[in-house]
Amino acid sequence: MKSALRSLIDESVTIIREVAAEFERPAMLFSGGKDSVVMLHLAVRAFSPSRVPFPVMHIDTGHNFAEVIEFRDRTVRALDVQLIVGSVQASIDAGRMQDATGPRASRNPLQTVTLLDSIKEHKFDAVFGGARRDEERARAKERVYSHRDAFGQWDPKTQRPELWGIYNGRHKPGEHFRIFPISNWTELDIWQFVADYNIDLPSIYYAHRREVFRRDNMWMAVSPFMKPEEGETVSEELVRFRTVGDATCTAAIESSATTIEQVIAETSVARITERGATRADDRISEAGMEDRKKLGYF
Amino acid sequence: MERLHFATVGSVDDGKSTLIGRLLYDSKSIFEDQLEHIEAVSKRRGDDYVDLSLLTDGLRAEREQGITIDVAYRYFATPKRSFIIADCPGHIQYTRNMITGASNADLAIVLVDARTGVVEQTRRHSLLVSLLGVPHLVICVNKMDLVDYDVDVFNKIRDEFESFASRLDLRDVTFLPISALAGDNVVSRSANMPWFEGSTLLHHLENVYTASDDNRIDTRFPVQYVIRPQRADTPDYRGYAGRVAGGVLRVGDDIMVLPSGLTSTITGIDSPDGPMTQAEPGQAVTILLADDLSITRGDMLCRPNNRPRASQELEAMLCWMDDAAPLQLDKIYTVKHTTKLARGKVSNVLYRLDISNLHRETEIKELKFNEIGRVTLHTTSPLFFDDYHQNRTTGSFILVDESSGQTAAAGMLLSPRS
Ligand SMILES: Nc1nc2c(ncn2[C@@H]2O[C@H](COP(=O)(O)OP(=O)(O)OP(=O)(O)O)[C@@H](O)[C@H]2O)c(=O)[nH]1
Ligand SMILES: [Mg+2]
Repeated sequence: MKSALRSLIDESVTIIREVAAEFERPAMLFSGGKDSVVMLHLAVRAFSPSRVPFPVMHIDTGHNFAEVIEFRDRTVRALDVQLIVGSVQASIDAGRMQDATGPRASRNPLQTVTLLDSIKEHKFDAVFGGARRDEERARAKERVYSHRDAFGQWDPKTQRPELWGIYNGRHKPGEHFRIFPISNWTELDIWQFVADYNIDLPSIYYAHRREVFRRDNMWMAVSPFMKPEEGETVSEELVRFRTVGDATCTAAIESSATTIEQVIAETSVARITERGATRADDRISEAGMEDRKKLGYF
Repeated sequence: MERLHFATVGSVDDGKSTLIGRLLYDSKSIFEDQLEHIEAVSKRRGDDYVDLSLLTDGLRAEREQGITIDVAYRYFATPKRSFIIADCPGHIQYTRNMITGASNADLAIVLVDARTGVVEQTRRHSLLVSLLGVPHLVICVNKMDLVDYDVDVFNKIRDEFESFASRLDLRDVTFLPISALAGDNVVSRSANMPWFEGSTLLHHLENVYTASDDNRIDTRFPVQYVIRPQRADTPDYRGYAGRVAGGVLRVGDDIMVLPSGLTSTITGIDSPDGPMTQAEPGQAVTILLADDLSITRGDMLCRPNNRPRASQELEAMLCWMDDAAPLQLDKIYTVKHTTKLARGKVSNVLYRLDISNLHRETEIKELKFNEIGRVTLHTTSPLFFDDYHQNRTTGSFILVDESSGQTAAAGMLLSPRS
């Protein structure tokens, strides 16, 4: 009998190899978040004992959890892959855009400019992303091979048909594809893989004590980029992160899960989705993600 | 745990998205924030009840128009099985998105509105599901609440469907009377239809027998990628990576490489889990051989005494999916078949299928958007293939328009008619 996790791995590995075979210059987005970590480990397994035949790229907002950057550098060294960093700060310094300002400023949307500039600079024609369809309703609609026009835009109304396991990556110069090899994985599948394959993750995925304050019904971590406003009080709580993104828009959840097994137990009874529990950026509007994706976001 | 991939199909507004919403809701697979979100949207629009179709109809344009435009994928699990759902659009304009969602399905749920019965789109989708070789079918006669849960309505639609479907190649068909809106026979048995003795939809999905659906006989391994590490610690490693398209490969097996016809023996099988002794259909592995042969992407490994067909002149059923340009005879398209790229042209449309009565129309010179026909295809190099009914991987291909880049057609290879 086919195990569900094994058939997900087979599908993802096949997609990663297909892209390596068909595109001139692929790159894999790597943020240090659990999905991109799992995706990178799948890439390592897809080409073993060869090295992964493409670089990984981190779009760095400069607003990071310190543990994650340390983890990122340690991981690319351990897995022997080349790291490219696209810096939002550098894009701001170069006048490509203005920094987000105001008390609740987040650089999350600014990443799109840096991402598209980096894709152009390195002439990447395929960029792997670790998005999962179970995360969000616009992502639930996206193809594995997702075409981007010369402006990096996604058009949900003209997606190409995608049948069987045959993918069509044909594109004009200047266009590119986003590739989502773990489209069909759920949050629980990710954790099952982490458990079965003993995958190292940033420590903030496990319960720890941290200074936080309450905002929009979520626990936000105190950091140099994230300070409480008037009336928001700081306390130390036992928390962990379910997703890891830009520190200004990723919230922690109350949790005492310190081991993978405890996290799996917690995830299997969760009553709130991962993004619903942790992402300030998705609360903007009914179609926040769709709108950002149309402009070229991850 | 085993995984079942199913798709919901059928005409526009017959209740596909609502059914998925109901299935997720009643099996407690909806998260609180998702429910709060669709409750808020329903309320804002002034609906009388929570519109469960909003769970999958997530795009702006879909919510504006109240229809599904593109396939949405959803995931849930019960203690028995895990499921991938593809909620397909019913509108004819988005048929290619429906094909996208159904092409990989193990099972299709065809929804029929109890008030209207079998309509043209029901027939079109059933035909496509049959051509795509989806092994299991469930016909859900939906909106039974609007016909007083009348057994006669159900029986009449079943007869109607059966008389149409007798001309299709459908192997396993089950009929269910349901109400997606009210939940009858979706997860729990309906008190409104005591006359129905079959199982609920969820029970059926959990128990449908799929183990014999894979082709485990005819060994087919399209080579996808050659792994040849340039590293000091593995100087002689040369592996052929790919996904098993059929049969079982074992260490020690004799194999033949196509097109060269050279033979060798499997000395090792590597996988994402490390070395294995055998590889099954669907598994992504790397094959190691005893001899140093010249093998590249697009080649195929098989058993010397069980080879696929090889030809440059093929017959196929073609579903035309490009809304910008119809099929032109003798125009050159890119053919993508397994891991192989070729170029090809259609020299002849043998017939086009009239969807409403399955009549074969001849003397046809083109296929337009959403039309289905049997064609002769010539390729620049031989394809190694099986009849689609024997193997959904080696029997399928797509045509790509070389100027627009569009995926213009989906093709299913068939044995030439004698
Ligand atoms: N009374 C009643 N109405 C239903 C039932 N199922 C669906 N509906 C209604 O039928 C309408 C269409 O439902 P959808 O689920 O959007 O239909 P669909 O098949 O997904 O439509 P497309 O995806 O656009 O092809 C909605 O107004 C539903 O509330 C049912 O069992 N009973
Ligand atoms: Mg729908």
